[in-house]
Amino acid sequence: MVLPPGTNGTVTSGAPRLALHAISRRYGGLQALDGASLNAAAGEVHALVGENGAGKTTLMKIAFGLETPDSGTMTLDGAPLAPRSPRDAMRAGIGMVQQHFALVDAMTVAENVALGGTGTLDLHATATLITRISADAGLPLDPHARVGTLPLSAQQRLEIVKALARNTHTLILDEPTAVLSPDESRDLLTWARRFADDGGTVILIAHKLREILSIADRITVLRRGRTILETRADATTETALAHAMLGLTPLAVRDKDGRRHTSIALRPTNPIITLRGVTATDENGAERLRDATLGVHAGEILGIAAIEGAGQRELLRVMAGRLTPLRGTATLPASIGWVPEDRHRDAVVLDATLLENLALRGAGSRKGLVAWNTLRGQAAAMMRERDVRAPEPNTTMRQLSGGNQQKFVIGRELADDPRALVVENPTRGLDIRATTSVHDALRAARDAGTAVVVYSSDLDEVLALADRIIVVAGGRTYDVPNDRDLVGRAMLDA
Amino acid sequence: MTAAPLADFLDASIRSATPLLIAALGETIAERSGVINVGLEGAIIVGCLAGLATASTLGPAPALLAAAAAGVAITAVFALVAIGLVADQIITGTAITMLGLGITSTLYRVIYGDSGAALSAPTLGPIGIPLLKDLPILGRPLFQQPLPTYVAFLLVPTVWWWLYRTHAGLALRATGENPAAARAAGARPRRIQLWATLFGGACGGLAGGTLVLAQVGTFAEGMSAGRGFIAIAIVALGRWHPVGALMAALLFGMASALQFLGQALGLTIPYQIFLAIPYVLTLTALGIASGRYRAPAALGVRPNVAA
Amino acid sequence: MTRTHAVTRPLLDLLLAGVLAVAVLSALLAISGYSVRDALSALWQGAFSSWSVIASGTLLRATPLLFTGLAVAVAFRAGILNIGAEGQLLLGATAATAMAIAVPASFGLIGTMLALCAGLIAGGAWAFVPALLKVRFGVLEVISTIMLNVVALNVTGLLVRGPLQEPTRTFPQSPLIEQALRLPRLMTGTRLHIGFALAVLLAIGMAWFLHATASGFRLRMTGANSRAASSAGGVDVTRVTVLAFVLSGALAGLGGAVEVTGVTYALYENLSPGYGFTAIAVALLARLNPIAAVGSAIVFGALEAGASAMQREAHVPAGMVGVVEACVILMLLASEWVGERLASTTSWNRGAPPRTPEPSSVSAAPTPPSP
Repeated sequence: MVLPPGTNGTVTSGAPRLALHAISRRYGGLQALDGASLNAAAGEVHALVGENGAGKTTLMKIAFGLETPDSGTMTLDGAPLAPRSPRDAMRAGIGMVQQHFALVDAMTVAENVALGGTGTLDLHATATLITRISADAGLPLDPHARVGTLPLSAQQRLEIVKALARNTHTLILDEPTAVLSPDESRDLLTWARRFADDGGTVILIAHKLREILSIADRITVLRRGRTILETRADATTETALAHAMLGLTPLAVRDKDGRRHTSIALRPTNPIITLRGVTATDENGAERLRDATLGVHAGEILGIAAIEGAGQRELLRVMAGRLTPLRGTATLPASIGWVPEDRHRDAVVLDATLLENLALRGAGSRKGLVAWNTLRGQAAAMMRERDVRAPEPNTTMRQLSGGNQQKFVIGRELADDPRALVVENPTRGLDIRATTSVHDALRAARDAGTAVVVYSSDLDEVLALADRIIVVAGGRTYDVPNDRDLVGRAMLDA
Repeated sequence: MTAAPLADFLDASIRSATPLLIAALGETIAERSGVINVGLEGAIIVGCLAGLATASTLGPAPALLAAAAAGVAITAVFALVAIGLVADQIITGTAITMLGLGITSTLYRVIYGDSGAALSAPTLGPIGIPLLKDLPILGRPLFQQPLPTYVAFLLVPTVWWWLYRTHAGLALRATGENPAAARAAGARPRRIQLWATLFGGACGGLAGGTLVLAQVGTFAEGMSAGRGFIAIAIVALGRWHPVGALMAALLFGMASALQFLGQALGLTIPYQIFLAIPYVLTLTALGIASGRYRAPAALGVRPNVAA
Repeated sequence: MTRTHAVTRPLLDLLLAGVLAVAVLSALLAISGYSVRDALSALWQGAFSSWSVIASGTLLRATPLLFTGLAVAVAFRAGILNIGAEGQLLLGATAATAMAIAVPASFGLIGTMLALCAGLIAGGAWAFVPALLKVRFGVLEVISTIMLNVVALNVTGLLVRGPLQEPTRTFPQSPLIEQALRLPRLMTGTRLHIGFALAVLLAIGMAWFLHATASGFRLRMTGANSRAASSAGGVDVTRVTVLAFVLSGALAGLGGAVEVTGVTYALYENLSPGYGFTAIAVALLARLNPIAAVGSAIVFGALEAGASAMQREAHVPAGMVGVVEACVILMLLASEWVGERLASTTSWNRGAPPRTPEPSSVSAAPTPPSP
């Protein structure tokens, strides 16, 4: 690798390299970063940890020039750093492998690495370079393979090799082990260690505390956009890190009425939803959920707790009847309500009216004429009941605020009294008032006898709502008591 | 069959194929960058008129450049609306075709009067390559052709080399597949698409100039006769590859020349069947899409305006 | 979009288009040295000067544009880029001619209806090919429909020189359709036939279909957001796409059948002076609304009728109207962009053609990216 100018070809391990100080960034109403900092040294593997929504990716995007900070300063080896685009960052020797790879599937590995150069294209030379880099770094890669055919782990190696080919000395890896098997993860972390030992810096955004403690030199913990803790790895424990990530003290979980929730409402009925040995794949055909067996009963809220990418996405969709399992059986009721997290893409038609969006439910099997008059009455009643505020009756969905849109969707899905309701991140992006509304609606559905399944990447929310908790980790499901510490640790264990 | 009709047939094929090939090469570049330009027909027809109008003052060969320039001009309007304002490419392209046909129709009458009499332009005669032109059968068709045919032949390897052997070509191909990845690598997708589209327009205009200056010798309203759409079909049949475009253009040229061959051979098969075959072939070929040979993934997709 | 907007917006669009057209035309005329007054008055003469002129000129020209405009609008509403209306119309005309020649003249209006049905079926069948290629093989319908236009042209050309050729075998056209099998006149003393009324009824029918029936609703939702239609609505998107494509082709085919039984009375290759492409403009101006398409087709019909008159009376080349139409389309496209910039909260894109990237609440700004 090419070391930054000013180091005179030598590297003092421990010399400060990338320093971010008091970085703040706001998106509309959300303060994503609120004075966060990070100090990564040369020759170090530095872990950046925190819950979903803590600000980790945003902070690193700022370092990589994909975003600009509202305030704060950055330095690289003491010199000011203010990249305005990835090109600037790459020129300074900073590279980033994002969670969603920026690769051209139809092209080969060599072409993807060559992209962005100038002059005549010499793919042979590029291929030779790739072979050398991948041999040196221990990241096997076939320069002539088409990226679309490569497994995710190979694509990730490609992203890393791309960065190395541009003489990166500070490499940011965003949740790299999320898409890897345990063996592949181990290989990657071994590589990261070697890269650091050679004088480079690796900033690892990660979740799995055990992994982090085994590989990192120093750790920075973010929570709600602030740096809570900066420590050496050998000076801390998993529990301390988990506490820092999830809150300094374990919070008592209380619901709206201030009563501590008792666990399972015992209704000895047959489950409404039953999964037996269900294995399911994602859109790319990779297995994400393995051998899941569980049941959801009428009149309970089943909370799903998981870190991103653990397989809960597939689990929810199997339960909602939107995904056919690869193996195993899913026994589902005829009528299921489904509230997906990507509302604009999967749940509503933004440019259609509220009435049309209401009519969307069941559109696939409706015959004859659309009973608009009846629907109009239903819509009015539903919107009154759910407190959906709309400027006028014929407004389009686009004109509603996010909170009202979500209240509408929940109202629609519950309108025909389904036996089950599955919701995914139901309050993401909503303000306090809307969030409370949604929570009330979910509890009311539960009280009316619906089997409710709730997943949220906000652990507090799941704990507040759930009667019973299932943790999804590494594609497998586990019953866990409704206890913050236990759930948190189960989520973070791979 | 004697050699003469065969040579005639090949000669007619290549002559037919030349303007198609030129237009198709330009459209290949445009589509590889993700832009589908159904206004190509408009570029061709304005090239026809520009070629005619400037031939007497500039001479036929420089008039070809004027034709290309006219193609660029009308395609610039397309680029402004479809790329700059991110409007729907199909609708914009349709408007450009209507514009081109209308403008040339109007200007032709305004400049040359209502008589409708055929105006002739000095044309480009065939240029023979010494020695090669005397080869049996292939000599005349391949090596005794007017200038544009040689331009077309040379354009194929040039486009191929640029597309596959330069970084600029790589960036263009990446733009047509995944503009976000191209941007992440430091390229500028919109700018690439703009230049690619204008190049396509230049080729279209040149093709039109070829029609007038190397073949027909005069202008008639609507003389482009759907060649812009044929070129789009050629791009698809040629799998968005310059050499493929060459093969496909020859195929279409041969189909069109077959009518004469059919007559010479006394065949009673209606020539329409021959004309239709390349299209059916293209559709079949498109149906059997394999990974490497399908359309650029981001073809016709309007970029997220916020990006 | 509110109820009142749904009515006033299209009217405003048509008015705006009309004004723009006249403005652009005047500018072009002035630049080219023609007398603007003479030309515009000739335009008026040819398009609107009397009821008889309106009927035989404007409305007559508007009829095929309305059929194909509806075809394109329906397809676009379903998210399908049907550029093949030209070929579908032509084959519809061909099938109708074949039927009209085959049935005895004594069938009278029954024979006419059979011919129209033949046209409808032929157009639908011709659209089934690109539909199948699209859903089964992922072939871009833009390309396949363009190519099928050419194939349709060749098929027609072949037939009018072969089995369908007129008895003296001199001209590449079919024999004239018997008087008894032709479409009756709508207004006596004019050339306007009942095909126009049929088209208007179909426009109303399409509007009813799209807004009142479950099937039409599925079509609209599939075009607006196929992922939500599938995920939230359980809609079989593949089925809807194919059916919409076939419906579109059938409308265009019917338009061809009407043209041949009501205006030309014979089939020949150049039956369509680009109706399938002007239809795109008609649909755009109508913002894909079937009722507005009636007005839009009339606007374009008037331009075309007026163009002939302008050429005859004021010696203005007919091509100028093509330029005007193109400018109107481009200006409408530009105005949409301006509209999007100025007022991002109002829904201007209602009825815009497909190919916009599917929306996502997770990735679009201003929702913050996952930290």
